[in-house]
Amino acid sequence: MAVPKRKVSKRRVRIRRAAHRKPTPPVGTCPECGADSQPHRVCPSCGHYKGRQVLTVDAD
Amino acid sequence: MRHRKESSRLGRSSAHRKALMASLVCNLIVQKRITTTLTKARLACRLAEKMVTVGKKATLAARRQAVAELRRKDVVAKLFDEIVPQCQNRAGGYTRVLKLGKRGSDSSEMALLEWVDVLPVDKTVTKTDDTAS
Repeated sequence: MAVPKRKVSKRRVRIRRAAHRKPTPPVGTCPECGADSQPHRVCPSCGHYKGRQVLTVDAD
Repeated sequence: MRHRKESSRLGRSSAHRKALMASLVCNLIVQKRITTTLTKARLACRLAEKMVTVGKKATLAARRQAVAELRRKDVVAKLFDEIVPQCQNRAGGYTRVLKLGKRGSDSSEMALLEWVDVLPVDKTVTKTDDTAS
């Protein structure tokens, strides 16, 4: 039966697993308040989406 | 076979899922807008739209059909008297799902489910609010 000849070094393991990273989520800027917000989502800091106030945010 | 059936079953039995959907739509009718996970919101909006379509018939049979689905007479009355009249100018697309980002506990994408034509109960939110904050 075929068997690996050498132990896989930590480096090799880590190089392989580096490809399994989760991609960083996209970050945009809220056109209303300028804070960081995700595209296609209601802005968490001002509660605006597509130019209208969708919900009220506590620390406003 | 369940080939290419893409809708989520939410890890629930058919009866459990139907009960959950009835509950979500009842809350949407009473509260006018609900916050839930994106998957649940998208499934609930299907039933909600169907209920409005049933409501537009405005017959006793339609009313009973809605009660059979939603399981609450008081909520069906609210649907027929409050929600449906405001949806008359629209031929579908009565609900809107807005993404809210992921919640902290399990990183689930959350969403806001609301009526397009019905204003939310919360008086601080208006459809034509243009004051910058």
